[in-house]
Amino acid sequence: MDKSLIVSPSPHVHGRQTTARLMSDVVVALLPVLAVSTWVFGPGVLWVTGTAVGCCVVFEYLIQRFLLRGPLTVNNWSAVVTGMLLAFNLPASIPLWMVAVGALVAIGVGKMTFGGLGKNPFNPALVGRVFMLLSFPVAMTTFPEVADAATGATPLSAMKGALASGMTVPEAMRMFDYRALLVGFKSGSFGEVPALVLLLGFAWLLVRRVITWHIPVYVLGTMALFTGILWGVDPERYMSPLFHLLTGGALLGAIFMATDYVTSPMTGRGMLLYGMGIGIITVLIRLWGQYPEGMSFAILIMNAFVPLIDKYVKPRRFGAVGKAKA
Amino acid sequence: MGVLGYTILTLCVLGVLCALILYFVAQKFRVYEDPRIDDVEKMLPGANCGGCGYAGCRTFAATAVNEKDMSGLYCPVGGALTMKRIADFLGKAAPEREPMVAVLRCNGSRANRPRNNVYDGAPSCAVEASLYAGETGCSFGCLGKGDCVSVCNFDALHMDPATGLPVVDEEKCTACGACVKKCPKMLFELRKKGPKGRRVYVACMNREKGALARKSCAVACIACGKCVRACPFDAITLANNLAYIDFNKCRLCRKCVPECPTGAICDANFPAPARKAEVVADGASARPTPVRESGEERSDS
Amino acid sequence: MLKTFPIGGIHPSESKISRECPIQDLPLPATVTIPLSQHIGTPAEALVVKGQRVRTGELIGKSTGFVSSNIHSSVTGVVTAVESYLDPSGVRRPGVTIAVEPDQWAEGIDVGDAIVRECTLSPAEIVAKVAAAGVVGMGGATFPTHVKLSVPAGRKAEFLLINGVECEPYLTDDYRVMLERGEELLIGIRILARALGAERVMVGIENNKPEAVASLRQLAEATGGGVEIVPLKVRYPQGSEKHLIAALTGRQVPSGGLPIDVGAIVQNVGTALAVYDAVQKNKPLIERVVTVTGRSLARQANLRVRIGTSVSALLDYCGGLPADTGKVIAGGPMMGRAMANLDAPVVKGMSSVLVMPESLSRRLPQEQCIRCGKCVSVCPMGLEPYLLAKVSQKALWEEAEAHHAPDCIECGSCSWQCPSALPLLDYIRLGKAEVIRMVRSRKSR
Repeated sequence: MDKSLIVSPSPHVHGRQTTARLMSDVVVALLPVLAVSTWVFGPGVLWVTGTAVGCCVVFEYLIQRFLLRGPLTVNNWSAVVTGMLLAFNLPASIPLWMVAVGALVAIGVGKMTFGGLGKNPFNPALVGRVFMLLSFPVAMTTFPEVADAATGATPLSAMKGALASGMTVPEAMRMFDYRALLVGFKSGSFGEVPALVLLLGFAWLLVRRVITWHIPVYVLGTMALFTGILWGVDPERYMSPLFHLLTGGALLGAIFMATDYVTSPMTGRGMLLYGMGIGIITVLIRLWGQYPEGMSFAILIMNAFVPLIDKYVKPRRFGAVGKAKA
Repeated sequence: MGVLGYTILTLCVLGVLCALILYFVAQKFRVYEDPRIDDVEKMLPGANCGGCGYAGCRTFAATAVNEKDMSGLYCPVGGALTMKRIADFLGKAAPEREPMVAVLRCNGSRANRPRNNVYDGAPSCAVEASLYAGETGCSFGCLGKGDCVSVCNFDALHMDPATGLPVVDEEKCTACGACVKKCPKMLFELRKKGPKGRRVYVACMNREKGALARKSCAVACIACGKCVRACPFDAITLANNLAYIDFNKCRLCRKCVPECPTGAICDANFPAPARKAEVVADGASARPTPVRESGEERSDS
Repeated sequence: MLKTFPIGGIHPSESKISRECPIQDLPLPATVTIPLSQHIGTPAEALVVKGQRVRTGELIGKSTGFVSSNIHSSVTGVVTAVESYLDPSGVRRPGVTIAVEPDQWAEGIDVGDAIVRECTLSPAEIVAKVAAAGVVGMGGATFPTHVKLSVPAGRKAEFLLINGVECEPYLTDDYRVMLERGEELLIGIRILARALGAERVMVGIENNKPEAVASLRQLAEATGGGVEIVPLKVRYPQGSEKHLIAALTGRQVPSGGLPIDVGAIVQNVGTALAVYDAVQKNKPLIERVVTVTGRSLARQANLRVRIGTSVSALLDYCGGLPADTGKVIAGGPMMGRAMANLDAPVVKGMSSVLVMPESLSRRLPQEQCIRCGKCVSVCPMGLEPYLLAKVSQKALWEEAEAHHAPDCIECGSCSWQCPSALPLLDYIRLGKAEVIRMVRSRKSR
């Protein structure tokens, strides 16, 4: 025969999804958030995002090229996603050199130390963010004033402060307007802000089948259930579930951070455990912890449990023979 | 006393308590083991390659200590020296075995065996072998995906990009047999290393009839039987369309080498000039020259 | 809601580009090479010698055991060789080569077009006729049909399920059979039901073939009912025996079990038609419908081909092998086998010849696992492909066994889905084979 045929085991066709396509879909889902944040907080947002993304990509390239000397994978967009998520967890006014340090920690410590994409146990963007929160506490919690928001503090920290000063929840709630929480005008890290836009991104990810609904719904559902019970018991002391869901990093975390492939469980039931864990820990930190917001910590803590969950929570098997019957 | 005193006291009490617990637990769960096992294990190479037939060096050491004599035991990696040290230490007789080396019984290099299709699956001989005959017309030959290289614990196997075949580094090969077990085409054989590494073997495993074998590979054994007749020591047998040289009978006379019409018989580590003269003298220059062992290997002869 | 199976599954692009091509007869080739092993089980034993004349439909290979099958000559002519031939994967296997002459049919075979409707044979007689005719599963598994029809004592086949799913992309041979040979097909199905004593007979057809559903449903009602035509949601791998049973009956075949454990027997559409031919026409299995397709091919076709015709003859009929061909696949793109040798003959289990251009033939470059878990969610057996592939690659066979490697049906959904294009199934298949071997040797000890 004159022509060499290609021989390989089946299957001989492949679906359309590739890593680069999935990652670029996440970037697309984050773009509207970026646009709205820029509109609300000004061009500082773009500078911070640009720095974070640029640094993440460059650091990943340098580490792969000169330290690991392995195959280069910067073209699969995953560093871009890490950079954007890191930026969205920062206040718009933060000095850019701090962003660069955060990016170095996120990529260098959070990702490449473990061998790169797919091997890191913790969400790299959150590793960077928490590092920055502990290293630069002031810069990380000073948020620029927003046109018609009451204070420069985030709703969660304002609420925490108000409650500490002896106010009841209904009194403190006068500071806020649910409509504003939904469409964007509140203080905070700029990715945490416009709730509706985040939901738009969620819808995009679902349509493109990048993620399934499980983890976000489990996280937010657990938070709503937990805070709902407390609120039902004593509305004077506890905020409503809606307030919890719309403030802080709840939506950003549940939709974009908790769903990170590498650091979330593989199976549906594993996702339930993981999502519930994040929801409960977040609420615990918010209500009784030192920090006003606990999403980042909750996700990182549950990240640590993922290998354990994957080891013990197995998928439902087709035709599994029940041991009890045998 | 004060706070400092209480702190020191508490720490001391805690320390003693923990020490006591540790002591009793250690007593309770102590397992007696012959201390010589540890010593023997230290003498072994520690590669846990399984070449001796035991599940790791420690099991081997335990067997060596507990068995009456060591005749069935041999660590191919450590070789005679290691075995002698262990035997002396345990006061037993050291088993003797000739040094062996892994030999690839395929010479189907890219030049000798043309590819007629392209494999595009997982880069693994095992996967390719379970899928189909392979990229060439010969379904018995080396697939060249390097499963043997990845299984070698001693860095003794490397793929030669020019031939597409693995090359055994005789210096490093310990004859542990890992490649023998791994190769899905069963191409590796542990053969006597021979004096100065010299050995003669049939580098082909093609069990097809002669014409078919020759069609797919220039250096295939076609089972013509000339080598069998040429051998003065009855070392060569013919079975399944394939000649095999028994290394215990072979006296390295190399009478078979020039007889082979396809050059399937390889002689390794013989001085090069002598061999050339022999071939010319036989007037068999028309036959395709077999691909020689790499120069690196020959240099030690 | 349309029925389907419970766990996992994917929806690859359907690409049924040959669906409107009616079944055509391929002209007789000059020679045929009929393999002596076209089925699962022991190879048949040759009954002919070189130089002997054989007639179409004559027995040339005798079944050598219960799980084995008869082989018949698909042509009239002189035997030119009884030796090895090169199969599609480049391995030599025993076969009979015959120089073809115009057809002279062996005695007793009804070659007329008239449909024979009446069947009053007993189940045992039907099974004997099916065995004699060398009928095997035509969906690709090629398990001898008479073995499947012999229900073990103490078991009962409640359901006879006919597989008209054709969930593989590109394939249209079963579809054309259902459209064009519906009446014979239904007779074949009823004969199968009679042989098994089945209580319910269902034909599962994916809903992307509404014409087949409508036409078979109408025919079934017109000929006395008793056969349910069930449209199913389009989802791969619904054509898997276990998944078709789950979709139609809601029962799951237990891990390591057989369909009969849940009272079901599955037969392919092509097999039912072969049973009709065997029982009503005394015609052994000597031809089958093969889809010849591929976007680069000059012409698509569904051809009725004599067993033993070389694949290149089929390609020549469809305009020859295009210059940009990278891969030729025997069977569908998800589970078919890439061919290394196009002179290999068509066998009983070959449903299609699919030509892929070079640009679509190469696998995507492998990247590292990003733990997305998509393989887990698409696995129709509820396994963890990423884990099985990893332990198989590392040759940790005990681990592979603990994670149920033998349950894998090799449907390829995991490899299809993997965004990092990892060869998951390549390794899992290895682990599965190794675990099965391990378990077998443990049992024999």
